[in-house]
Amino acid sequence: MGMDDFLIRALAAGLGVALICGPLGAFVVWRRMSFFGSTLAHSAILGVALGYALHFDMTLGMFLVSVALAGALFLAERRKTLATDTLLGVLAHAALAAGIVFMAFLDTLRTDLLSLLFGDVLSVTPADLWWIYGGGALCMIALLRIWQPLLAMTVHEEMARVEGVNTLLVRFTFMLLLAVVVAVSLKIVGILLITSLLVIPAATARRLSGTPEQMAALAALIGCLAVGGGMAESYVWDLPSGAAIVLTATVMFVAVSAWPKRKTTA
Amino acid sequence: MNSPDALIAAHNVCVEFAGREVLHDVSLELKPGRVVTLIGPNGAGKSTLARVLLGLTEPTRGHVERRANLRIGYMPQFLSIDRDLPMTVKRFLQLSGVKDTERIKAILDEVGAAYTLNEEVQVLSGGEFQRVLLARALLRDPDLLVLDEPVRSVDVTGQAELYDLIGKLRQTHRCGVLMVSHDLHLVMAATDEVICLNQHVCCHGSPETVGRHPEYFAMFGPTIARSLAVYTHAHDHAHDTAGHVVDADGKVHDHDHHHGQDHSHGHG
Repeated sequence: MGMDDFLIRALAAGLGVALICGPLGAFVVWRRMSFFGSTLAHSAILGVALGYALHFDMTLGMFLVSVALAGALFLAERRKTLATDTLLGVLAHAALAAGIVFMAFLDTLRTDLLSLLFGDVLSVTPADLWWIYGGGALCMIALLRIWQPLLAMTVHEEMARVEGVNTLLVRFTFMLLLAVVVAVSLKIVGILLITSLLVIPAATARRLSGTPEQMAALAALIGCLAVGGGMAESYVWDLPSGAAIVLTATVMFVAVSAWPKRKTTA
Repeated sequence: MNSPDALIAAHNVCVEFAGREVLHDVSLELKPGRVVTLIGPNGAGKSTLARVLLGLTEPTRGHVERRANLRIGYMPQFLSIDRDLPMTVKRFLQLSGVKDTERIKAILDEVGAAYTLNEEVQVLSGGEFQRVLLARALLRDPDLLVLDEPVRSVDVTGQAELYDLIGKLRQTHRCGVLMVSHDLHLVMAATDEVICLNQHVCCHGSPETVGRHPEYFAMFGPTIARSLAVYTHAHDHAHDTAGHVVDADGKVHDHDHHHGQDHSHGHG
């Protein structure tokens, strides 16, 4: 038992998060839902406070608040009175403000706000690993099951409906998956950086992929490289790990973007 | 007017959006092997009516009957695939649920776009993409094709070819066709029944009957309506090198073939 345990847990958690963020991130990019990811993350403080007040796990608290938020957005979207972007603007900051106010009431709660905002991999507990790998595996199975219909409705929702896809069910399932992934990923990169773990690996994979499936798989791989690289830098140079991971991913994105485009075979 | 072989029948359908009525008391029937074209000015409710028939929009009043297990091939008016989504024509067609590559190739060949199979959808021309969309609609072996503005962003020659193709597909696939269009002239040759829509059904019938109908004249104006005369017998003439219309008997018309096209911008 020593320093090594912390590091191994941190790395295992980071890689698990990267694996599931890759394929989900690809859909976040295709469906232009990065603001939705950020909104879920903003609600996390409320989840932490709620978990503390009601004496249950903070990850569970974050998950429940995320799900409630996803549900609220889902219902509001169906009424079609406001643009989704506007609705998210309202929800994200209302959730953040509610979380901060709620926390102020709980003066016995001593949470490091910085670690919530920017992540703290060394605080990963064995229970967190269960959340990441258990929740991640369930998300992966669910995502594989809705893959085809979700892709079809990402291309054209109404065409998919005419072809028999239950678009409401598939869309809500996808929102739930994102809620789970955001909740379990927060310890690694924090509230402010979680969206980057969804978007940057997928964006990097785009240049290198010929099919949606390739892009999803490559995004997972690139995410893992970013986590491994970022944690190594963080260990060697004593950098904040979440930020190091995101910067490593960004460097890969820039490198791939600068690479001359390969010729597509005719 | 409900006949037993109808694929879809709409009865007295009204649709309101935010209290504003966009469709009033519309009834119609779609039958196997028949091409019905909805025409009307922008904002006439053509797409809304198509959506009601497809089951994408619930009518405010009235009801729609669909034959049990009706398979519909739908070609939407707008479809653009995000550049961030890598997608070949083959993968796009597989999204219909049909995975069989041989069948995909056969259908793509039928619409004259076999060579696009492994191309990225984002690089296709307007005409090629419309053909690929048509292939997607046909893949599931539909009883009914619903084509919303099928010749959008296609040049004039390409439009005529596409309408010819749609006419042939109706015969080879024995399916009913509902087309939505606001360009009248080319549609006329390829359609069995025309429904003029402007929130309500102004008039309907064969292309020739509708072309003479006073309501139709009132909607599109006499110049547009008269230009139809050229196009209703569009198959018995060709173009000479100067672009004039040459009848089958070789007589050159002194007016320009593109006449109707010019006017159609006026109401569009």
